[in-house]
Amino acid sequence: MTVQELATEQEPKHVKLGLVGWLRWGWRTLTSMKTALILLFLLALASVPGSLVPQRGVDPDKVARLYEQSPTLAEWYDRFQLFEVFTSVWFAAIYLLLFTSLVGCIIPRVTTYARELRRKPPDAPKRLTRLPQSASFEGDLDVGEAARRLRKLRFRVVTGDGWVSAEKGYLRETGNLLFHVALLGILLAVGFGSLFGYRGNVLVVEGDGFANTVAAYDRFIPGSQVSAESLEPFSFQLADFKVAYQVTGDKKGQALDYTAHLKVNDSPGSPTRDYDLKVNDPLEIDGTQTYLIGNGYAPVFKVTDGKGQVAFEGPVPCLIESKATMASGCVVKVPDAQPAQLGFLLQFLPTSVPLTDGTYASAFPGELNPEVQLIGAFTGDLGLRSGQPQSVYELAPPEVLKKLTPLVMGTNVPKPLAVGQSIELPKGAGKLEFTGVKEWITLQTAYDPGRVPALIAAAAAVVGIALSLQIRRRRVFVRVDKGVVEVGGLTRTEGSAAGFAEEFADIVKVLSAGEKDVR
Amino acid sequence: MSAEQLAGLSDLFVVAAVLLYVFAMVAFAIELAFGKGVPGTAAVAERSEAKQPVAVGAAAGGVVGTPPGEGGVVGTPPGEGAVEAGKPAAKGLGAVWAGRAALVLAWVGWAAHLTAIATRGLAVDRWPWGNMYEFVVAICFAAVTAFLGSQLRYNVRFLGAFVMVAAALGLGLAVKFFYTAAGPVVPALDSYWIAIHVTAAIVASGLFTMAGVSGILYLVRGDGVSRLPSRADLERVAHRAIVFAFPVWTFAVIAGALWADRAWGRYWGWDPKEVWSFITWVAYAAYLHAKVTAGWRGRAATIVQLVAFACLLFNLIGVNILISGLHSYADV
Repeated sequence: MTVQELATEQEPKHVKLGLVGWLRWGWRTLTSMKTALILLFLLALASVPGSLVPQRGVDPDKVARLYEQSPTLAEWYDRFQLFEVFTSVWFAAIYLLLFTSLVGCIIPRVTTYARELRRKPPDAPKRLTRLPQSASFEGDLDVGEAARRLRKLRFRVVTGDGWVSAEKGYLRETGNLLFHVALLGILLAVGFGSLFGYRGNVLVVEGDGFANTVAAYDRFIPGSQVSAESLEPFSFQLADFKVAYQVTGDKKGQALDYTAHLKVNDSPGSPTRDYDLKVNDPLEIDGTQTYLIGNGYAPVFKVTDGKGQVAFEGPVPCLIESKATMASGCVVKVPDAQPAQLGFLLQFLPTSVPLTDGTYASAFPGELNPEVQLIGAFTGDLGLRSGQPQSVYELAPPEVLKKLTPLVMGTNVPKPLAVGQSIELPKGAGKLEFTGVKEWITLQTAYDPGRVPALIAAAAAVVGIALSLQIRRRRVFVRVDKGVVEVGGLTRTEGSAAGFAEEFADIVKVLSAGEKDVR
Repeated sequence: MSAEQLAGLSDLFVVAAVLLYVFAMVAFAIELAFGKGVPGTAAVAERSEAKQPVAVGAAAGGVVGTPPGEGGVVGTPPGEGAVEAGKPAAKGLGAVWAGRAALVLAWVGWAAHLTAIATRGLAVDRWPWGNMYEFVVAICFAAVTAFLGSQLRYNVRFLGAFVMVAAALGLGLAVKFFYTAAGPVVPALDSYWIAIHVTAAIVASGLFTMAGVSGILYLVRGDGVSRLPSRADLERVAHRAIVFAFPVWTFAVIAGALWADRAWGRYWGWDPKEVWSFITWVAYAAYLHAKVTAGWRGRAATIVQLVAFACLLFNLIGVNILISGLHSYADV
């Protein structure tokens, strides 16, 4: 035998794992507690950017702003799907691994549990004094009576020659398994809901109506399995909208209540019913909920053009600039004005008060002294026919705005207009009249077939976790020998020894009590 | 009494509670300082895990397994500062009296705290946890209640000084930085869900706070002899508090989802507060798993627990101040 041969001989043999071996190793590693722990940490860690980086699904405006402010950063964020963390590939990878690990943990535990359920408590050990809990007393308790009393305490009991062995707390594992299965249930319910559900947002001005069709929404987010026909065919009209405000004290101006009076048709042919839509109190029609999300002002304007014709008349929803005072910015576009198009930038002040520097501001969010302040009036091509999409809350994109001719701007703006007042534009370009005030509300309509299953699963999870954390598995043994009764007990649950001591004392009390003391 | 008077009274009682807690803390600290050093791993209050026969008479008296040679059990009725004799032999008389005084002060402080919350609720005519100030005050109350409640059943007085510090600091913070005058809440908060969701969150946070205090002490005290309670004791208190709090927190999150379903049109939308309560939940779940994983028990599990507690605190304070979201209307 050469040295070389000897070396190979003595080298530990590398066991070839093979494909099956590797798979088994992978499965074992994945389903181990340590991996589950690490995945839990990763899941927590991965959620953090979801709260720090603006999310498209939560606040799309903020995402857009970030793109404007730092495009490079935004691009990198987008590359790593940081604007939609919770639907990103890497987040899904973590929770899918975690749930796989969970399944891998549950399956063997269920089979063990099924076996445990049918197994009888083990024989009583010889020396009960060696157990964590033990006691002895003199008495004429026999095995049958001890078993009977323990059964009454809802123990599962086995008796033998001079001994009783009892166990209870099986619900602990039941709860544990229920909890983990319920977590899977929540995941499935959420997934089901996002496939078959939809969400839509719409802005409605007082007096206007809404019919639940895809086209009626300002923003519509359907699940992949939602078709246009599956929308519940209800409709309603916003009769009016009322806000109650706190009028005195430190919290003056705080909203106390929002009520939207709706006239609802549950389906095209059904009779109209009244409904007061409130925050925390959605309108529900056959599983589809409509929620009151936001509100604001829509002053009504009438614009007469240079040729003396009414070119625009109607409410204009304004963007809220200050939540506290509801001062709002409005844009009026009049593409039909002749000879040239007109555009106005205005500020709506629900409770207008003059400031010392000659300007005006809103002092209260309620509509006490509504006025509109003209900020600028322009004439020229607003670029609406260029085919480029435009925001209704912006007069025109900067490059178009530059080409417009300002009619009124800067220092020559007139005092704010009260309802019924109007201003004549210079050079006979037309007239703007402030004719009234309406309010708008934003609504969210949601249909989520997964919400009830998710609720059931969540309730099961709470019940399961409470059972699994509060119940302890414990065993009690009794040995009877010549008038001396020895009792021993142990708990098989970590950290519950202290509580068990008291229970054990109670059990001993029940066992040692005379015949008459026991019910 | 008018609403303004009640609100003023509530503010006074908060200050009184802070003072009483500070006094209680000093008394608890004196008790600890004059107490005997305890080795790191042996348990002091391990009365229940002590292996010895249980005398039936003692069991009938409701006190289980007092370690032999540790003196009699002083049968003070619970609630009046049940001095659980601990080890009178080891402690000076001064320490015993300081301990008694500390518990009495803590209970009086607790009563003042409760009165503060109740008068605030009467003043605003709603559940008194509609904003950050009220919420923090209520969580401190829950933490003190968790401590005093545990003290009725188990001997956890070694935590007294530290829970009192946490409660006094929390109340001070609330008064100094989050104070909001009594008043109505925005319509979104005007729902019976506030009673369910926020109450559950408060109870869980109070218990988590107690566990957090134990966890910090665990890390601060080494393995050696120290006047601080033993590591085993600290670990056990923390574990028990979390085992109780975790289902409550789970319920709070789910109740929040139910409320969100009523108010915002979806039960879960990854709003920052939702994200962080989820993170907190996952972190505490990790702690519970770590407790049963070999190699993770003890120090590692305690660190996990404290990370989870940090998430809880960030969710409570950081999210409202630093990140804007649907929950930030809670005034600050």
